[in-house]
Amino acid sequence: MTAPKTLYDKIWDAHVVDTSDDGTCLLYIDRHLVHEVTSPQAFEGLRLAGRKVRAPEKTIAVPDHNVPTTWDREKGIDNEESRIQVDALDRNARDFGINYYPVSDIRQGIVHIVGPEQGWTLPGMTVVCGDSHTATHGAFGALAHGIGTSEVEHVLATQTLIQKKSKNMKVEITGHLRPGVTAKDITLSIIGETGTAGGTGYVIEYCGQAIRDLSMEGRMTVCNMAIEGGARAGIIAPDEKTFDYCMGRPHAPKGAAWEAAVAWWKTLYTDEGAHFDKVITIRGEDIAPVVTWGTSPEDVLPITATVPAPEDFTGGKVEAARRSLDYMGLTPGQKLTDIKIDAVFIGSCTNGRIEDLRAAAEILKGKHLAPGVRGMVVPGSGLVRLQAEEEGLADIFKQAGFEWRLAGCSMCLGMNPDQLAPGERCAATSNRNFEGRMGRGGRTHLMSPVMAAAAGIAGHLVDVRTILAETV
Amino acid sequence: MDKFTTLTGIAAPMPLVNIDTDMIIPKQFLKTIKRTGLGVSLFDEMRHTPDGKEIADFVLNQPAYRKAQILVAGDNFGCGSSREHAPWALLDFGIRAVISTSFADIFFNNCFKNGILPIVLPQEAVDHLMEDARKGENARMTVDLEAQTVTASDGRVFPFDVDPFKKHCLLNGLDDIGLTLEKAAAIDTFETQAAQSRPWV
Repeated sequence: MTAPKTLYDKIWDAHVVDTSDDGTCLLYIDRHLVHEVTSPQAFEGLRLAGRKVRAPEKTIAVPDHNVPTTWDREKGIDNEESRIQVDALDRNARDFGINYYPVSDIRQGIVHIVGPEQGWTLPGMTVVCGDSHTATHGAFGALAHGIGTSEVEHVLATQTLIQKKSKNMKVEITGHLRPGVTAKDITLSIIGETGTAGGTGYVIEYCGQAIRDLSMEGRMTVCNMAIEGGARAGIIAPDEKTFDYCMGRPHAPKGAAWEAAVAWWKTLYTDEGAHFDKVITIRGEDIAPVVTWGTSPEDVLPITATVPAPEDFTGGKVEAARRSLDYMGLTPGQKLTDIKIDAVFIGSCTNGRIEDLRAAAEILKGKHLAPGVRGMVVPGSGLVRLQAEEEGLADIFKQAGFEWRLAGCSMCLGMNPDQLAPGERCAATSNRNFEGRMGRGGRTHLMSPVMAAAAGIAGHLVDVRTILAETV
Repeated sequence: MDKFTTLTGIAAPMPLVNIDTDMIIPKQFLKTIKRTGLGVSLFDEMRHTPDGKEIADFVLNQPAYRKAQILVAGDNFGCGSSREHAPWALLDFGIRAVISTSFADIFFNNCFKNGILPIVLPQEAVDHLMEDARKGENARMTVDLEAQTVTASDGRVFPFDVDPFKKHCLLNGLDDIGLTLEKAAAIDTFETQAAQSRPWV
C-alpha cells in the first residue's frame, strides 16, 4: 500500500521526468503561458543558441501588460518601448509557431484570464508563466506558478523545469461566509494572518466548506494571491464545479477523451491521512470585508478597524509600518472608513472576471461615483467585456460615472498609461499595494469588487454591509 | 552566466523588511527587451527623485556604498513579481550576493540563474552582518561559496546552506538548459508515456 498523498504530491509525481541523487527533479510542463514583458529575452536566448520551442502546441502567448485599454487602441501603442515589446511578442509567436491571441483578437486579455477561459488550463496539469500570478490556475487543481525569464527560456527549449519539491501547507476555511464577504476577503485575510513570507517554501492547498462553496471564479481569486502570501503555488482540489467550468471550452478535451480526463481528475484529491507540514484553519464566519492600509498585502484589517501605529508591530515591521503610513498619508488611530479616495479601479487577474463585474455592478446600479472620484473598469478579457456589455453591466458602470475600457492588466501595475498620479488614493480590486505599483506616489487600498464599488459611491472606504443593509 | 566562487567586497545595509521587486526595479524599466543596462535604474524610486536627481540619504547613493557588491537586507527580500529584471538590475549595478533571513521563492531562483548568490542566515547572523555593513567601506565581507561561509570584517564566520545543484551551477557558471538537454531522451520517454496516459494534454 502506498503512503497517503496530498493533491500536490499526486500532480508532482505525475510530472517527474527525472530525479537526481540530491532530490532535484526535472518536472514536465503541460502548459506554458507567455506574455510580452518577461519573454523577449527568452526568445532571444533561443535564437542565439539556435534552439526551437520544444512544444509550441502547449505554449500560449498573449500581450496584456503593455496594451492600451482605451477604445482607440487599434491605432497602435504610443509609447515606443511598449510597442517594441508587443511587436516582439507578435514576431516571436509567429517565428516559433506558438498559439497566439494578438491585441486585435477578441479573445485577448490578461493571460491568467484567457488560459482558463479558452480551456488551456485543466485539472492535474502543470502550468507555468513568467508571471507571479500564475498561481491563479491552481483553482483548477493544477500545479501552477510563476517563473523568471531564464526559466521561461528553459521551458521553451525543454518543456521542463528544474525544481525541488516544496513543502505541503493546508489552509482550511471552515463554515460559511457572511453576506458582503467574498473570495477576495478570504485570500486577503489569509495573508493578513500568515504574512507575506508565511507561505515561503510551501505549496498551499485551500480546502474547507467555504472554499468548496466558491465558484470557479472565486477560487481563482483565492489562488491568484497565493504568491502574495509567499507560496510557490495555491491549489484547490477539482470537483463537479471544476468539470462543469471546463466542459465545452475550446481547448478542453471532447468525447471519449473528456471521459478519460474526468476519470483521472476525480482521483486528484488529498488522501485521508496525508501529511501537511503546516496547517492553518480560519472560520469562514470570522472573516469580515477587509481592506489594506499599508504597502504590503499583509497589511490587512477588517473595514471596521482603525489605522495601526508602528508601535503595534515588532522587529523589522515597526520601521516598515512607519514608512508605509508615511507613504500612504495615514495617521494611526484614524478610522479606515474615514479614508477618502480619489479613484476606483475594478479589474486585474485577481478580480477582472464576469462575476466580479456583476458583483460590483449590483452595488452600483442606479448610483453614481461620489464627486471628485474617478472610476475605471477594465475587463479581464475581450470575451468578459462582450458578456458584460450583453448583460447590461457596462451600461451600469458608465451610468455610475466609470470609464469602460478594453481588456488588459492596466492600472494594476501601470505599464500602460493607466496610472495613479502622485498622492492619488485608489480603492483597487488588484493584488499589490506596493509603493509606486499603480503609479509613482500612488496610494493603493486592496479590496473586493463590492467594497471598491461601495467606496466609489461613498467617496471614502466604507463597509459594504451597510449598503447591503440599505438595499434589503 | 558568470561564475561565483569567492567575493570580498563592501556590503550595503538595507534593513527594511519586505523589499519587493517593484522597489528593486519599477515597472517603467520592464519595457526593455535586453538583460543589460538596468543598473542605473536599480531601486529607482528610492534612489532618485521624479526628475532624476539622486536622493542623498539612500544607501547606494552614499559615498561608502556606491561600489557595494553585497546587500544585507531585511526579511522576505524580493517579494512580489517574477520579473527577472530585479536580479538583472542588481547584477548590472555590481551586486553579486544578497544576505537576508528569507527570500521570496521566484526571486531566489532568478538570482541563481544570473550569477547572484542569495544567502539565507538566521536573524542573529543577519543582525551582526547588518551592523558590520553599517561601518561602510572599511568593513569588507567575504563570501566563499565553496566553503559556504560569510566572514564579517571582525573575522566572525557564518556558515550557510545552499542547494548542491545550484551551488554546482554557480561555481562553474553553467547554463542549465544545456544540462537539461542532455536528458532529452528522458523527456522523449515521458512525452510518449504521457501521450498514452493523459492524451488530452
